[in-house]
Amino acid sequence: MPGLTGKDQVLTDYANKLAVLDAPKGRSLTQDALRRLSKNKAAVISIGIVVLIILVAFIGPYFVPWRYSEVDWTAIRKPPDFDKGHYLGTDQNGRDMLARVLQGTQMSLIVAGVATIVSVTIGVIYGAVSGYFGGRVDSLMMRFVDVMYALPYILFVIILVVMFGRNPVLLFVGIGAIEWLTMARIVRGQTLSIKEKEFIEAARASGAKPFAIIMRHIVPNLSGPVVIYATLTIPEIIIAESFLSYLGLGVQEPQTSLGTLISAGAPVAEVLPWMLMGPAAVLVTLLLCLTYIGDGLRDALDPKDR
Amino acid sequence: MTDREPILKVRDLSVEFTISSGGFFGGTKILRAVKNVSFDLYQGETLGIVGESGCGKSTLSRAIIRLLPATSGEAVWLGSDIQKMNSNELLGLRKDIQMIFQDPLASLNPRMTAGDIIAEPLKIHMPNVSKAERATRVAEMMQKVGLLPNMINKYPHEFSGGQCQRIGIARALITNPKLIICDEAVSALDVSIRAQVVNLLMDLQKELGISLLFISHDIAVVRHIAQRIMVLYFGEVVEIGEAEQVTMDPHHDYTKRLIASVPVPDPKVEMERREERRRLRKTAAAAA
Ligand SMILES: Nc1ncnc2c1ncn2[C@@H]1O[C@H](COP(=O)(O)OP(=O)(O)OP(=O)(O)O)[C@@H](O)[C@H]1O
Ligand SMILES: [Mg+2]
Repeated sequence: MPGLTGKDQVLTDYANKLAVLDAPKGRSLTQDALRRLSKNKAAVISIGIVVLIILVAFIGPYFVPWRYSEVDWTAIRKPPDFDKGHYLGTDQNGRDMLARVLQGTQMSLIVAGVATIVSVTIGVIYGAVSGYFGGRVDSLMMRFVDVMYALPYILFVIILVVMFGRNPVLLFVGIGAIEWLTMARIVRGQTLSIKEKEFIEAARASGAKPFAIIMRHIVPNLSGPVVIYATLTIPEIIIAESFLSYLGLGVQEPQTSLGTLISAGAPVAEVLPWMLMGPAAVLVTLLLCLTYIGDGLRDALDPKDR
Repeated sequence: MTDREPILKVRDLSVEFTISSGGFFGGTKILRAVKNVSFDLYQGETLGIVGESGCGKSTLSRAIIRLLPATSGEAVWLGSDIQKMNSNELLGLRKDIQMIFQDPLASLNPRMTAGDIIAEPLKIHMPNVSKAERATRVAEMMQKVGLLPNMINKYPHEFSGGQCQRIGIARALITNPKLIICDEAVSALDVSIRAQVVNLLMDLQKELGISLLFISHDIAVVRHIAQRIMVLYFGEVVEIGEAEQVTMDPHHDYTKRLIASVPVPDPKVEMERREERRRLRKTAAAAA
């Protein structure tokens, strides 16, 4: 029976309002993983360093007195000289090494970023589709991957260079398109196990279309191996780029990349050591940090700890 | 009950699986998981399906909603054969028949919040409903199944098993279905929570007038919730009838054994029943 004052009604309304207004955010599994990652010192420091390198590579050039292609005729093959603003010395053509290292880092990062995004996107979608549909679609799609695997990588790159010419970004879109093969296999394997889960059946039973199931239910649950693999693809592509530039198939003058700089510095390392030190230090730091981040992510995403 | 048209008519439904016996040259074997099953289901009624593990209960329920292809026979939903439905009719079927699954946590996408999970069927079947309207409906539904609406942004792993199953029930109810298939929906829950969820289902059914296909290997729970019971044994219907009759006066030996295996919380009665079970097994062995 309602009270005389109607306080029941008032209280119920109030309680309902409280209940609806104040809906606290839940902790998603991603947030959990990030929290674990933030406890890993090596990974946190590595992320800090990588972010710093990215910032310096993209903002730094505006604060350096020389441009990367500008020739200082008064300073050719000179060691670091603070008065003239050549903080890392100059190369054989009188170009400022610091400016060149910054530009090279920028180029390597762009190339690695583009190639990784391309390879992850293609690999995830290809693998998820193949694994989800299964049967004949799956066999066909995976046979294609096997064939692609069998083609020698370097041959493929040479064909791409011939096709795309000397446009570095386009070239590395191509490299990313080869790197997706392993990603597709990993994702397919994961999809096979995810699609047996009850929540996929629940989605099918409530009428979700295959594409919606792949995008909403399978892809978000791939996480772990995909994130780790993506992190480790970045250094792989930086190395691949360095290797190709070393062979003269990569980035073209006056633009440069870490690999190009190292290949130019290596032969003269004894007489002009500053030409090798700068780019080598950046490359080694980047690779080490990315490896640590990959390790940290692997631990953070490891389902064992949940 | 017989003067009304059933909403679901199943006639001679069979499901077969082809199993390759492994190896490159290995042949294939055919496993008949469901054999010539027939039954009717009326509006507002609960039909219990019992049988031991692996007797084809899940396979039958998946064939009814065409998650699996039936090999022969037909399942007729409101007058149209499910096997022959086009994609549009199938979408309507998926709106009318919802499922509740065995594993409460595994049946919820771990990357989605409770609110998104409950709203998903709504998004699929009523895409014109505005976001605000959807949110209110989800909140209402959460209240109806006994969840606080302010848990809407939480993720499945932050809920208990019973709460997860309530999310599953809310997801099943949000499209106003006519039939809900509960496949071992309470088997994974603790006994006390099991009773709560079963009672919730019964209340909701009374309130909304929906039909239930309640699948379980536990005849005690089925007797509590169902008006009629169908007993499956190796994919075949061995007995179907009123719950009273099937549990008190079973015709088939297998049903007798199934009922005899339910433990009773009285040591003396339990002792007698153990004797009874032993005797039944012996006669079954002698008959075989
Ligand atoms: N996809 C499949 N391929 C081959 N055989 C299957 C498949 N699904 C089920 N089976 C077989 O069909 C039979 C019936 O399985 P089903 O899952 O329907 O049993 P169930 O009654 O639901 O059992 P439980 O109580 O354990 O859930 C089992 O022998 C099972 O091995
Ligand atoms: Mg089952």
